[in-house]
Formats: sequence, C-alpha cells, structure tokens
Amino acid sequence: MSRTPSFVLPIPEGRESSSQDLSPYDESIVHDSFHQLIQEQSQRAEAESLELQEWPPRDKGGGSQLHGAPQEYSSATLRILANMPSRTIGRSRGAIISQYYNQTVKLRRKNSRPLLRDMSRSARPSIRQYDLEFDLTPREEEEKRSLLVEELQGLTITQRNHMLQNMPLSLTEKRCLRQDIYIRRGRQRCYQISQTQLYCCSHLKYHCIIAFRSLWYGLLSGLYALKPWRYSLKQISGQFGSSVLSYFLFLKTLVSFNILLLLLLLPFIVAVQVAFPPTSESSNFQSFTGLELFTGGGPFTHTVMYYGYYSNFTLNQPCSSHQSSDHCPANAVHLPYNMPLAYLFTIGFSFFITCITLVYSMSRSFGKSYRVGSTLGVHAITVFCSWDYNVTQKWASRLQHDNIRTQLKELLAEWQLKQYPRSVCGRLRQMTVLFLVWLLSLASVLGCAIAVYSFSEFMHENHEIRTETISEKLQEARLLVLPLIVCIINLVVPYFYNVLAICEQHDSPVLEVYVAICRNLILKMVILGLLCYHWMGRKVKSLEDQCWETFVGQELYRFMVMDFIFTLVDTLFGELVWRLISEKLKRDRKPEFDVARNVLELIYGQTLTWLGVLFSPLLPVIQVLKLLFLFYIKKISLMANCQAPRKPWRASHMTTIFITLLCFPSFLGAAIFLSYAIWQVRPSRNCGPFRTLDTIYEAGKVWIRRLEEASPSVTWFTWIHQNLVENTFFIFLMSIVLLVAIYFNIQVVKGQRKVICLLKEHINNEGEDKIFLINKIHSIYEKKAVHQ
Amino acid sequence: AEEDFSWFDLTEIELLRVKCLPHTLDVLRASSLYTPFHIQLSHKTQRARAHRRFIELLPPESRNVEDSLRVRVSTEQILTLPELKANPFRERICRVFSTAPERDSLSFEDFLDLFSVFSDAATPEIKSHYAFRIFDFDDDGTLNKEDLKCLVNCLTGDGQDTQLTSSEMKQLIENILEESDIDRDGTINLSEFQHVISRSPDFTSSFKIVL
Repeated sequence: MSRTPSFVLPIPEGRESSSQDLSPYDESIVHDSFHQLIQEQSQRAEAESLELQEWPPRDKGGGSQLHGAPQEYSSATLRILANMPSRTIGRSRGAIISQYYNQTVKLRRKNSRPLLRDMSRSARPSIRQYDLEFDLTPREEEEKRSLLVEELQGLTITQRNHMLQNMPLSLTEKRCLRQDIYIRRGRQRCYQISQTQLYCCSHLKYHCIIAFRSLWYGLLSGLYALKPWRYSLKQISGQFGSSVLSYFLFLKTLVSFNILLLLLLLPFIVAVQVAFPPTSESSNFQSFTGLELFTGGGPFTHTVMYYGYYSNFTLNQPCSSHQSSDHCPANAVHLPYNMPLAYLFTIGFSFFITCITLVYSMSRSFGKSYRVGSTLGVHAITVFCSWDYNVTQKWASRLQHDNIRTQLKELLAEWQLKQYPRSVCGRLRQMTVLFLVWLLSLASVLGCAIAVYSFSEFMHENHEIRTETISEKLQEARLLVLPLIVCIINLVVPYFYNVLAICEQHDSPVLEVYVAICRNLILKMVILGLLCYHWMGRKVKSLEDQCWETFVGQELYRFMVMDFIFTLVDTLFGELVWRLISEKLKRDRKPEFDVARNVLELIYGQTLTWLGVLFSPLLPVIQVLKLLFLFYIKKISLMANCQAPRKPWRASHMTTIFITLLCFPSFLGAAIFLSYAIWQVRPSRNCGPFRTLDTIYEAGKVWIRRLEEASPSVTWFTWIHQNLVENTFFIFLMSIVLLVAIYFNIQVVKGQRKVICLLKEHINNEGEDKIFLINKIHSIYEKKAVHQ
Repeated sequence: AEEDFSWFDLTEIELLRVKCLPHTLDVLRASSLYTPFHIQLSHKTQRARAHRRFIELLPPESRNVEDSLRVRVSTEQILTLPELKANPFRERICRVFSTAPERDSLSFEDFLDLFSVFSDAATPEIKSHYAFRIFDFDDDGTLNKEDLKCLVNCLTGDGQDTQLTSSEMKQLIENILEESDIDRDGTINLSEFQHVISRSPDFTSSFKIVL
C-alpha cells in the first residue's frame, strides 16, 4: 500500500494563543509559513517516492523485526548502530565514565529539586544534554574524566568510596582517579616532601602504625582461618555445586541455633544447679551399662540432664532464722537464686530469642530470593545464570555441562508442550493419576499414624504390667522399640514416596521436589503430633506419682539417638550399597545426594530438640554433638559415593523454603507443645522445680504476687500482664492491624507489577521507533550509494 | 591530618617515605597498596592471599614484591590456576580483565580486579556488568545471536555429541530473545541483560570464585 503522505493540519480559526504576543494577523502569517514548509516537505517526499509500509502484525513467536536484516545493512548504518548509547555502555570505558559522571551528579543534587530547564522532554538518554555516550574520542574522554573527578571531589568520603567501589572500571583507572582527586585537592605538597624532611616523631608514628597493622592482620587472618569448615565447604561446593552446599550450610545454621540455646541454658540453669546439687536425693547408684547411652535412663536419670533433678526452692539463700543450720552453706557470697523462676524464664526467653532469630533470618532470606516476575523468562535465566563458578574440578564441571544440557532440553520440551497443550483425555488421565497417588500417600500416612498409635498404646499397657520374669535390662530395652518403629517408618516411607513419584509425571521438575517435600513433611508432623498427644495425654496421667517429665525427656533422648543411628545406617547402607550395586551393574551413575530428604531429616531432629528442651535442658548439647558428627559422616559419604543431583535446583529459593519449614511447622509446633505444657499440664509432685504448683506458669504468677506485696509500685507490671497478655481483645486488635498491613503490601506489589507491564510496553514502542529510524537511515544511505 | 585515610590504609607514597621496612612486611606492603576504596575484597588477608597466589605464577627470578607489581603474567599461566581450570569461560575472563593492549596478559592489579569482582562483596551490578562483558564474545557491546550461540555451546560442553541440535539451538535462541529483548532489536544490550539477571536471586552466589 503506497500513498503519498499528505499533512493536513487542522487549524481552528479564532484560536487564542495566550503564550504568544502576536496579533491575530501575525498568527496567520506564522501559520501560513508553516503551511508552506509542510507543502515543501510533502513535495519532496513525493519526489523521493517514499512508501508507507504497513507494519507487519506482531505475533507472539515472531521474534525481532530485524531478523535477517543485519547482513543487509550498509557499513555506514552498521557504524551508526554500533555507536548507539545502549551498545557503547557495554564496551567502552568512556561510556562508563560518562554514565557514572551522571550518577554522581544525580547523587550530589539529590536533595534539591532539579531545575526545570534540566528536565528534557524525552526520557531517552541520547537526547539529553550531557549524556552523549558515543565512543568518545580521547579528548572528549579526558574532558569527561576531569568532569567526573570534579564531581567526585564534591561528594563526602563515604559516598565517594562507595561510588569508586561500584564502578566497573579496572583497578589501574580507579587508582589514577583517586590520585587525581587527591592531587586536585592540594595534596601535591605531600608528594613533594622528600624523605630527609621527615621528622622523627612522624617516623615513629609510621613505625607504630605498621606494627599495629601487622598485629591486626595477624588477628584477621587467624579469625578467617578459624571460620569453621571453610575448607570443607569449599571442597564440597567445588565438586558438587551449590545445591549440595545448601544442605551443609543449613546444618551449620542449625548448629548455630543450638549453640544460641546453649548459651542461655548452660549458665543460667545447668551451671547453677551443678554448683548447688540437691542433697535430699537418695542417689541410688545404678551401674552403668552401655544400654544407658541409648535409653538415657539408669545413672543418667538423677543428673542435671533431666527436669527431675532441679530444685524447687531458692538456691544459695543467705542464712536466716527460718532454715535449719545444716542448710546454711558456709559460702561467702550470698546471692539468692530462685531456681523455678530461673528455669521458667530461661526456657521462655530462649524460645523467644530463637523465634525472633528464625523470623528475622526467614524474612531476610525471603527478601533475597523473591523477585517479581522470576518465573518468567526461564530460558534466559537458565542460560545466563546457571553456570556455577564455584565448581573447580574437571569431572564436576563435566557433570554441570550435562546437567545444563538436560535442563535446557527439558525447558524446550516443556515449552513445546505449552505450545501444543495436551488433549482433554490426556489431562483427565493425568488428573486421575495425581489423585490416586495423593490418595495413596495420604492413606499411607494414616496407616502409619494408626500403627504408631496402637503400638504406643500396646507398649504403654505392657509397661504397666511389670512381670517378674523379664529382667530389668530387657524392660529398659523395650523402651527403645517405639523409637525404632518410628525411625523405620521415617526411613522406609520416603523411599515409597519416591517410587510413587516415578508413576506420576509432573510437567516441571521443580514441582516434583515441592510435592516430595510436602508428603514427607506431612508424614513426619503427623507422627510427631501423635507422639506428643500420647505423652501429654497418657503418660502424664499414668505417671502422676512418678516423674513424668523425666520420662518424656528420656523418650525424646531415645528418639534423638535412634534418629542418629538410623541416619548413619541410611548413609552407610543407602549410599554405599547403592554405589556397589551400580558398579556391579556397570552403570556409571552414582547414587544422588537427595538434598530435600536430608534437610527434612535435619528439621525433624531439630524439632525433637525443641520439643524436649523443657524436660531435658542438656538436649541441645546432644543435638550439637550429633550435628557435628553428621557433618563429617555425610561429607565422607558424599565424597566417596555420591554425585550431584541432576535436577535443577534453585538454591536461594530452596534455602528460603527450608528456613520457612524450620520456622512454621517445626518451631511453631514445638512452641505450641511447650505452651501447652507450661499452661495446662500439672507438674509432677515428687520432682522438678515446679512440684508444688498447679501449673508451671504459676511460678511466674506467684513471683508477681510476691513483688506486688513487697512493693506496691510494681502494679503496672501486673496491669500489663492482665490487660495485654491475658486479655484477648488486645491480641485481636493486633491481628487486625497485621492483616491490614499485609493487605496493603499485597496491593502495592500488584500495582508494581502493573507498572512493570506498562513500562515494558513503553520500551516496546520505543524499540519500534528505533527500528523505524534504522530502516530509514539504511534506505537513505542506500539511495546515496545508488545515486553516487 | 589526613581525615580520609583511616589508620589502616596508607598509600604507596606514604610507605615509601618510611626508610626501612622489615622484610616480612613486604607482602603487607603490597596488599596495603590497594586500599578498600578500590576493590571489594573485604579482608585484607584475602588480598595478601591473592598476592601469594600471583607470586606462585611468576618465574622464580621475579618472585619479589617490586617485580610482582610490575610484571605481567601470560594468559596461559593464569589458566593453570585450579579455580579457573575447569571453567568454560576462562579465556573470556582473562581477556576481559586484561589491560594489556593485546589482552593476553594480566598484571597483579588485573588479577586483584578479577578476584574482587568474583568475590562475595562485589555488588550485583558490577557482577552483571562483567558477566555481560564475558558473554559478549565479539566485544561489540551487545549479545547478538552469534554470541548467544557461542554461550550455549560453552555451557553444554566441548564435544560434538554434547551440543544441542541446530533446531534446538535455534528455538532456544529465539526463546531467549523473546524473553529478554525488550526493545525488539534482535540483540540483548547491557540494560536488558541486567534486567534478566535481576530476576534471578541465585546469580550472585553462583558468580563467585573463592581463593
């Protein structure tokens, strides 16, 4: 379609142009000449016989407008294309300098409003006044550089350093820039002072500075070398990549959480009780056989390890007339230490600190890993971001090549599938398979739950009936059977889920990982919930006259030890035996390190620790030792037997998920259990720091009452407690406020997404402009070449 | 007196003013030349370690501090480093960071630059800028289809059988351009590249080489 362009301006008569001072007569003159200009242009256009082409319709898979075109462009066009600002910034130093000059200018003038004349009509940087980012000639580059140095001098020191640090220039240039800055600031005199003019005090000063610096460097390098497991982590990431590394980093995080707990528990509860052991206990010297390491009973029962050992009175009280003489210690220092209160507050405070730390690390991890629109553009992201530069071994990088190739092929296949979606029949079939598999897995969870419940009931009844024929030792060993059953279930059922996952075929491998995690998590949480119910419900009632808290603490200890043993078994036999089998079968695929399953096991172990802290304050020590052993065992097994997982793994995303799982089902469940134990359950009468009270929480209430009686001015404390903690209205109000804040944030994110879409459209349109102009330039040059 | 020099940062000039330095502090001196204003290696010990590794690459006769700061090491020597040996982009990395006219040798400053960009403390903007330059195989400031083809071939491996088929390659490049070329000119420039990178939170942790 070609037609000559006709420019017809609609010139409304009688319009007042208030901005101009021309009379109406003058206006028509202006309009006349303009009209003339337009006519000239249109004639010229006719002469050149420009054709208006219809824009080809933009289709989705159409790619770029220019495809195939670059080879046809003349060299002059290509030269101009190469000088476009968007391309020069990626390669030329002058462009970088001028870009950072602009940024520095903006930084300096940040606080003041920009002058109107500085605002250009167009947002395109190439049209603004001083942003011409061509490949600058050397003279222009020098000018730009001196301008940049001037601007940098105007900044504060920190801003300047920050700016210098973030410039993508080479080190030599940055050093020259910095020297120029200081030269300009009149530091020239420094460089001219010769050595003989040094005074002795400045000489001494420099020697002192250097000596201090060498000390400081020594300290820094010592600290850096002490960083735990630094070399091992580097080795692991070098050979297996960041997916397996995330497991070991998570293990390190758990160790730090447990050490945090220990830092509070050890000095405030354990150490004090060790210093003042209760004398009234009739310590029956039970012999130590190896079984006690597994059952946690025997000679360990009446030690500082369990709740039952702790005293329920104020320790180290000064000698007073109430007490008998033999309670009066001969120590010089008399600081009374209220043991029950200390126990309650320390446990409560440590949980509080753990909660805050977890929520903080979860939000920080979420902030790092969540990006708006991160699910779009998988092909580009895979190609640009998937090579892991940490990998240093040749065979590991070969593996990475394989993995990336597989990933790319899978992405392309997925894309093809989306282009040609499955038929209704196929989709229906997929839905039924999915439904069946989920039904099967939930049924297995139910089955395991029933099995555990009935078995625990059976053991409970058996425990009641103590027969004479069975020895004490066997009775102790029978306590190990429940943990054994639970650990077997936790070991076998995930393999069953793996088999199920082969049957169902998900479209994306990422979804498979999520589904596997979900099923394992449901299994573990249901079993733990059931066990907690069993302990709180049954054991409390039946062991009322004995120390049920110590029993629960021992149960949790047994669970932890069994879990550790089974993890060892799984590592040794699972990975070692698989490798031997695969070698025999002559397949060169070693067993993979299943990160998700291993991380869930770590979370399970940590949940056990948190559940048991109230009843056994030394449980975090056991957990720390267990984690330390686990690190080395897993590392050795990994190096010897395994290979990196083949599926793609979004490391930061999965780390966020793991921390969230640690916070939500795991810690939250433990906190609920703890709250229930503190608020609702009656402590046992014969042992522990709360034996005379109705609930553990009452210790706090008693203390507040005593404070009130002692000094009436502390009533605000009780007021806070009554109206804020126990009153539900306040909590209701807080929840409403939180929900409103969340709603606003969601709306803001939605709005930002819309803005991103609009901006993309805008850039699209600019791109169309650019192509139009390039084609025009090309046609002009061609015509010139033809006419010459 | 010098308010912007902290206690721990003396420039080369200042150090030269002091008459005698103990020999053991030579490495200290070398590492103190590059104050934290310039580079992002957060620990000065890392700079000292970088200096030690660089010296190992030099011929035995120039393994002292003064020469190490002047001499350039050829690309072949740098490629023997274990951190770079298995990297498919190693030649591009050396080329991008080299400031020699023929881009075939690295001085100590270039070496430090390399490891500072790949360190933990470098910002994502710097990392993405240098990643763009590494992927730009023809150094023209944009990633066109040829660059992308070379990139994908580097990623999938060297052998004939490890590469993608031509139809897969074509489809892949079309998909990449569709997703990331916002202004539809057939190439990916720096801003578009940085936009893609900003959507991937894993980039910063994977674009990392630890000495």
